[in-house]
Amino acid sequence: MPANQPTRNSYCTFRVGSLSWGIKVSRVQEVIRSQPMTCVPLAPNTIAGLLNLRGQIVTAIDLAKQLGLPNSDDQTPKMNVVIRSSDGPVSLLVDEIGDVVEVDHDFFERSPETVQGPHREFIEGAMKLDDRLLLLLDTQRVLSLEAA
Amino acid sequence: MEGFDEVIEEFLVESYESMEQLDQDLLALEDAPDDRDRLASIFRTIHTIKGTSGFLALPKLERVAHVGESLLVPLRDGDFSMTHPMADSLLEMVDAIREILGNIEANGVEGDAEYDNLVKTLEQFSAGPTQEVDEVEVNDSHPSNSSDVKTEIDVTEAEEPQAVLEKVDSQAKTVKATSKKPVISPQPAEANVSTTESTERTSTLADSTVRINVELLDKLMNLVGELVLSRNQIIQFSENSQDAAMVVASQRLNLITSELQEGVMKTRMQPIRAAWSKLPRVVRDLSASCGKDVIVEMEGEDTELDKTIIEAIKDPLTHIVRNSVDHGIESSTEREAIGKPSSGKLCLRAFHEGGQVNIEISDDGGGINSERVRSKAIEKGLITPDDAERMGEHELINLILLPGFSTAAEVTNVSGRGVGMDVVKTNIEKIGGTLDIQSQTGVGTTLRIKIPLTLAIVPALIVGTSGEQFAIPQVNLLELVRLDSNREGEKIEYIHDTPVCRLRGDLLPLVYLDEQLDLCSKRSQDTQPSELHIAVLRAEDRQFGLVVDAITDTQEIVVKPLGQHMKHIRSYAGATIMGDGTVALILDVVGLARKSSVLTEGRDRTTRAGNSLVSDADQDRKALLIIERSDQSHAAIPLSKVARLEEFSSQQVERGGHGDVVQYRNDILPLLYLSGYGAASDENSNTSLSTVVFSDGNSSVGVVVGKILDIVHERLDECDESSKASFVINDRVTEIIDLPSFVVSQRPDLFPRSVPT
Repeated sequence: MPANQPTRNSYCTFRVGSLSWGIKVSRVQEVIRSQPMTCVPLAPNTIAGLLNLRGQIVTAIDLAKQLGLPNSDDQTPKMNVVIRSSDGPVSLLVDEIGDVVEVDHDFFERSPETVQGPHREFIEGAMKLDDRLLLLLDTQRVLSLEAA
Repeated sequence: MEGFDEVIEEFLVESYESMEQLDQDLLALEDAPDDRDRLASIFRTIHTIKGTSGFLALPKLERVAHVGESLLVPLRDGDFSMTHPMADSLLEMVDAIREILGNIEANGVEGDAEYDNLVKTLEQFSAGPTQEVDEVEVNDSHPSNSSDVKTEIDVTEAEEPQAVLEKVDSQAKTVKATSKKPVISPQPAEANVSTTESTERTSTLADSTVRINVELLDKLMNLVGELVLSRNQIIQFSENSQDAAMVVASQRLNLITSELQEGVMKTRMQPIRAAWSKLPRVVRDLSASCGKDVIVEMEGEDTELDKTIIEAIKDPLTHIVRNSVDHGIESSTEREAIGKPSSGKLCLRAFHEGGQVNIEISDDGGGINSERVRSKAIEKGLITPDDAERMGEHELINLILLPGFSTAAEVTNVSGRGVGMDVVKTNIEKIGGTLDIQSQTGVGTTLRIKIPLTLAIVPALIVGTSGEQFAIPQVNLLELVRLDSNREGEKIEYIHDTPVCRLRGDLLPLVYLDEQLDLCSKRSQDTQPSELHIAVLRAEDRQFGLVVDAITDTQEIVVKPLGQHMKHIRSYAGATIMGDGTVALILDVVGLARKSSVLTEGRDRTTRAGNSLVSDADQDRKALLIIERSDQSHAAIPLSKVARLEEFSSQQVERGGHGDVVQYRNDILPLLYLSGYGAASDENSNTSLSTVVFSDGNSSVGVVVGKILDIVHERLDECDESSKASFVINDRVTEIIDLPSFVVSQRPDLFPRSVPT
């Protein structure tokens, strides 16, 4: 990335339900396939379970449930987007992994007030791509909410 | 002296470290003589050495360091600036210090050298800059890169030719000679050799220890944890492997990993002294402010514990000690009034036992008044009067561990606010420890803390339920029971709809793990499986049976914390990775007990009060073996003195040199007869002889007692152990037989050690 274009950022994109989401690449540790998971009884239902990431125990969050999206009928195994957090890595379960896209910050716009629903608070804003809107996920919010 | 040696050793290690720094600092100073910070740092180092050496009674070292310090003060304050010769003599002083340190390390003494010259030079320097002129002159007379030794001799000669010993004088001449000749004479070379020798010697101790960042140790510990997990995995593979080489390699890996784990664990171990060191001071200050006189005694200060645990117990320990001094020990006048020594005693004891560390804090104060605890607990609504009635003394005393409890009549600034002991207890439980209080009114109180050696890797039992695996730390595990309802006397019974089972006569509440974790709905009475796997667990002072589907294995597991979002689930203590790579949750037994109401917060200590009462009372009681003598009179033998009970047929009895013997466990067991029994009178009849086997050391003897009636638990507080003591037991007058003295009196040849002198 040329130095004179500091506003260009790379985003890791993925699909949850019918929506296309993005997280800044710098926040993503890695993307891995579906892993065997240990469920945690008594835990909130947004917690999908624990997985063993090379000897590290990582909590997996079912992003669709966290965002309040309807359960998809999709039976394909979910992918893990492992993001960094102050509490160690946390995995977000998503339906499908997309490309890494590089977007100029000029394309960014806050979500309009008319966006309602439980997932509203998790959307930082939208990147207006040519073919679709890329919703930026507020990872802080996702992590802090499920800590509550 | 052992402790003293340790202090010296520490001093040496520390001093060597600072010596290195000192050399560098002094050299740097030559380039920048006005560097105040550096001067101040040098000053501090020398000052520390001086102070410590004075304290350790090392007069020579103190003297050398002292003159060095005197010179450094004006330098640091900027009264005059450092000159080359000053630096030389300071470096020489560093060498001298090093030499003394080396001597101390090698021989334990400071050595014979007197360093008078060095001291004089330094004193002259510190007297002021007037002396400098001479020095410069002296300095000019030989090359500036001369060795330190040369400088010393030169300086000496220039200033005090008479006072110098002849030997030194002659040396000085040679040095003079060398300084004139460009070729280096053998003399300095020798000096060089001796310098290297001494450095080699001095470096040994400094090299034997390395200061390591705790973070690095933590990381190593984590890595070892990973290694343990990988090892478990590989062992699992190799068990299924037919390849002999693979099996051998994995066994080696197993051994090495265990050793490595032990080694790394050791690096984190610290003697408990680290947590105790500030307690005497706490006691001193506190006892002074309470007008009490308290002596602190410590035992087992070298007992080692994981660093994290040491950190975790520091505060609870301080609190307990404060409590003991403030509430426990009476004031001097009170103590004298009841005939105790005027100064109270606080005893700290630490020792290893069964893979755990025990810490005991005992005082010889007034003890805890269980009556007061009872009334206070009732008053505060912590227990009901009914509960209180059913509680044993021990249990009553342990009520003070409940939140919101304090019996201090008045709130002092030290303790008595009622937020004390429960916090202590919680903190100790957090690190997997237990806390128990024993107290005797008027005699004193003992708090016993049991904590695991380390937190990172723990042995655990792996159980399965509803297809999931869970780990239970073995500290909480008492036993495993398999209950088969089809068998006689083994079934689940119900109190209302709460399942219980009988375990050796006691009711054991049953808790289904899958129900507790919401993995299945509550079972009704008729949907009980016929076969149950029960892990009998201990949570605090309570026992309960955890019903699981399968008990798989025991394993060393590495405890990993759960993420923020699951920390609040109290049923889990963490998670671990199993041999097959899957993640398993570690159950928090106390949390689980709370959730299942086996333990209820604060109150309700009664569900097993009946049982606890028995066991509580048992502690004060003695188990007695009741026998009937030929004259129908009863006698009792304390069971603790009995090694085994055996039955012999009278036909087995043979004659030996000292009397009757029997063959027993491939050995010859001499027989003795309690009074009231003659020797096997009728040799033809085949009567059986009830025999009590008494062992001491390697010798055993059988005491034929006649008829064994019963084993009872009796309180024999006033038992003075003499053979004449008689008690009424089971409505019969029973004489207590002191087995050891009986045996020894009969056969002193067998037990020479025990013969009373």
